[in-house]
Amino acid sequence: MKEKAVVQGFANNLDWRNRKGVFWHVIFQASTIVGIITLITLIFNVIDSAFGYVAYEARVDPDTLTMNGIPLEEQSKEQLVELLQSTLSSGAYNKLNNEKSFEDRSREEVFQVIVERIIRPKVVRVWDLWPSLTQADEIRATVAQDFPKAELDFVSWLTRDFVTRPQTSEPLTAGVRTAILGSLWTIFFTILLAFPIGVGAAIYLEEYASDNWLNRVIQTNINNLAGVPSIVYGILGLAIFVRTLEPLTSGKLFGLVDLTTANGRTVLSAGLTLGLLVLPIIIINAQEAIRAVPRSLRNASYGVGATKWQTVWSHILPNAMPGILTGTILAISRAIGETAPLVVVGASTAISFDPSSPFSKFTTLPIQIYQWTARPQAEFQSLAAAAILVLLILLLSLNASAVLLRNRFSRRF
Amino acid sequence: MMTNNNSEPKYVIETQDLEIYYGDFKAVTNVNMKIEHNKITAIIGPSGCGKSTLLRAFNRMNELYAGTSIKGNVIFNGQDIYAKEVDPVEVRYRIGMVFQKPNPFPKSIYENIAWTARIHGYKGNMDELVESSLQQAALWDEVKDKLHQSGLSLSGGQQQRLCIARAISIKPEVILMDEPASALDPIATLKIEELMQELKKNYTITIVTHNMQQAARASDYTAMMMLSGEGERSGTVIEFDETKKIFTRPSDKRTEDYVTGRFG
Ligand SMILES: Nc1ncnc2c1ncn2[C@@H]1O[C@H](COP(=O)(O)OP(=O)(O)OP(=O)(O)O)[C@@H](O)[C@H]1O
Ligand SMILES: [Mg+2]
Repeated sequence: MKEKAVVQGFANNLDWRNRKGVFWHVIFQASTIVGIITLITLIFNVIDSAFGYVAYEARVDPDTLTMNGIPLEEQSKEQLVELLQSTLSSGAYNKLNNEKSFEDRSREEVFQVIVERIIRPKVVRVWDLWPSLTQADEIRATVAQDFPKAELDFVSWLTRDFVTRPQTSEPLTAGVRTAILGSLWTIFFTILLAFPIGVGAAIYLEEYASDNWLNRVIQTNINNLAGVPSIVYGILGLAIFVRTLEPLTSGKLFGLVDLTTANGRTVLSAGLTLGLLVLPIIIINAQEAIRAVPRSLRNASYGVGATKWQTVWSHILPNAMPGILTGTILAISRAIGETAPLVVVGASTAISFDPSSPFSKFTTLPIQIYQWTARPQAEFQSLAAAAILVLLILLLSLNASAVLLRNRFSRRF
Repeated sequence: MMTNNNSEPKYVIETQDLEIYYGDFKAVTNVNMKIEHNKITAIIGPSGCGKSTLLRAFNRMNELYAGTSIKGNVIFNGQDIYAKEVDPVEVRYRIGMVFQKPNPFPKSIYENIAWTARIHGYKGNMDELVESSLQQAALWDEVKDKLHQSGLSLSGGQQQRLCIARAISIKPEVILMDEPASALDPIATLKIEELMQELKKNYTITIVTHNMQQAARASDYTAMMMLSGEGERSGTVIEFDETKKIFTRPSDKRTEDYVTGRFG
């Protein structure tokens, strides 16, 4: 193209402007790449620990369990049950039988019980995924040399059993069912508290509150509360829900004290504490969503003589709902991952029974992960990695269901 | 509650020394204007002189903008609509409004009208009401096969007529229109003008317009607004008369300049 004649007072600086554009383009792209690399490293790190070779030794050698010359693997179910009966104490045997009678168990299930209760494999060494893939031969050689009696298996620490088994102290049989249920119960109460109150407060502040100093103070406080460290909410929850409202949160008020409840350190207290934690976030996001409803829609509604409530209920809320739900998703994701406030509120360190009511003791996935990572043995790091994967999957599926819900709202017209 | 004091006053809306403020800023000053029954009154004037502001004061829509206040009175059927005991919701029910930008609800065409009727407790036959409202707004033939599609799927002109149908479905006594044809093509504009002539039989209409031909063609009375007064910052009605007179023998030089296009 022929160059434009220079007009007096204007610099012909297109080249320079384009170069500047490219410069910023590169900067922004680099930021994105840094973010992606961080994410990949994180995921790789988790996956690396969650899979790999495990060397384990039997505490009781299966060869000693041969019966009439038949090796353990080939024994019939009846023989296996007999073995259990003769090896375990009668109390332990009856307990197992009460949980599910041996008649109803399949041979595989009985065999599993024998592995867990008699053979009791013990992890002697674990390897991460990367060495397991690249140095399998060396690993095999090491095991053959150092642990001649050990078996070497490639395991995925994240299995269906891992998700459905309760917590135990035995790494090979530990699961996260208790923690998952604890997390779900907790989040349920968090949503129950924070969503209606948060949306209600946002409606009030946006649609009803007049612009006076009191409401401005309230607004400023809410904005600041969203930035308060979560541990502070933990202390607040401890003071309010665990101590002051103990009769309520422990279930005493409803005559529901069972011996396992721990003085208000319950699922209910934890959920309400997290509810307080995310309340400001939900309010702020909902306010933003309500503010984004166009003025023309409000005009249309008020212009046909609708009352404030009719306008809010029929137009403002439905139109703000996708935004409100997006904000709520973010808030809930944050609550699911919180650890510190729950430690303060009194998450249990080791419980193997599932939470069954609002007044149950609890542990949650992040707490479980925290406890496992605090153990020195490598196998617990692997368990923690698997639990992190469960937490991520739980988060993603909760988010996905919220997104579906949101899309249903926005598809209306 | 608003009641008709006089059986049938000649003027539906009457303003007395009306001043309208946005915070401290006085946007409209000293308006005395009487709007007659079953007539179309046009408000014309340059951009920013306070036409929309004045129109919104007629049904208290201005209260939805933060910081607005008024001085003086707006009398509707003998009742001051800004009196303490008057509910603005009822004012807007009886004095409907059509906005400059078409704003159907993001609902179906049918629901746009049905929702409006329902919130006012309409118990009659909804299908009939929807049909008659759309017919009065000259939209029925175009939408009768797609009543359950979104109101937002219509063209701009159709959306505006839907808004008119919505406004008349609840039988207001006055319809305020703020440049209802500003975004429309000449054919749609004409349609809306025809529609106004039709609606005039049952309703009193006040319309803001930038279109001189439209004001001249369609209205019975015309109010000419202009910035004047303190430092030329507040708008006021400088001349209010029969449309014929405004466009042929205006008494104010500024009106003459404006309607003949010599202004600005
Ligand atoms: N919400 C508001 N807050 C503050 N000032 C406003 C507001 N709306 C309008 N104004 C001011 O009031 C004056 C009149 O505005 P208005 O919208 O009534 O003009 P108009 O005559 O309708 O103009 P147009 O023909 O461009 O629509 C303008 O100076 C405008 O800046
Ligand atoms: Mg205007």
